[in-house]
Amino acid sequence: MEALRLEFNIDGDDFQAAGEASSKTKRALKKLGLPPDTIRRVAICMYEGEINMVIHANGGTVTVEVDETAVKITLADRGPGIPDISSALTEGFSTATNQIRELGFGAGMGLPNMRKYCDDMDIKTELNVGTTVTMTVNF
Amino acid sequence: MKLSDVKTILDAKIFCHDDLLDEEVNSACGSDLMSDVLAFVKNQSILLTGLNNQQVVRTAEMMDMSCIVFVRGKAPEASVINLAEARGLALMATELTMYQACGKLYAAGLGDT
Ligand SMILES: Nc1ncnc2c1ncn2[C@@H]1O[C@H](COP(=O)(O)OP(=O)(O)OP(=O)(O)O)[C@@H](O)[C@H]1O
Ligand SMILES: [Mg+2]
Repeated sequence: MEALRLEFNIDGDDFQAAGEASSKTKRALKKLGLPPDTIRRVAICMYEGEINMVIHANGGTVTVEVDETAVKITLADRGPGIPDISSALTEGFSTATNQIRELGFGAGMGLPNMRKYCDDMDIKTELNVGTTVTMTVNF
Repeated sequence: MKLSDVKTILDAKIFCHDDLLDEEVNSACGSDLMSDVLAFVKNQSILLTGLNNQQVVRTAEMMDMSCIVFVRGKAPEASVINLAEARGLALMATELTMYQACGKLYAAGLGDT
């Protein structure tokens, strides 16, 4: 039984709007009355993933599913894929442009943050096809 | 200290949510790297930054912060102010540099934890 299911389309051309879906999710989880710590962990994971979608993969879709014990976030894009997942998961590894760095991102901390804050993370990626990142946060 | 003390110490201008000036704040952090804020911040309620875009507001929102201080006199754009207004965050700007602003708050007793 699902207590809540949210779906979002993320516009890959609008950096300023990135994070809107995470913000809506955060507010929806607050309304559901989830523990504040869980909400913050979900917010950080989803926000980093949403930003990645916009800066590396030209947008995609995000699905958030909540049941009695966990929040599951699925980020799916049709971007370039990740050539080497283990380097991408290394703190400091980034292919972001200088333009992105000037906006405060591109430190190579997003995926490591996501892994740190969720209880389970799975990355499926294929070059020139896309990437799907699934994260579960238990509460 | 209260947010109003922060405003006085930094001689800052406030752009939205002056209704929060009476709020107690216990700690602050300063960074231009949003992923670092997302990685290392615990319960700091103020973000000092030299950046000036909507993602600063989003980052503070995700971390449940209550106030953003833009250093070096960078007045926020209308889109940034509107987003902060909607998300319930106070926005301030000070002419001080990041180093000066953090130093003054730290010396006045506002720590980082
Ligand atoms: N959805 C994606 N599609 C394609 N490549 C990706 C995707 N997500 C991440 N990457 C690749 O993995 C690298 C590391 O990602 P990570 O989120 O850790 O850092 P970043 O986005 O570059 O910087 P930061 O997250 O600190 O702003 C990226 O620079 C990019 O090369
Ligand atoms: Mg990232």
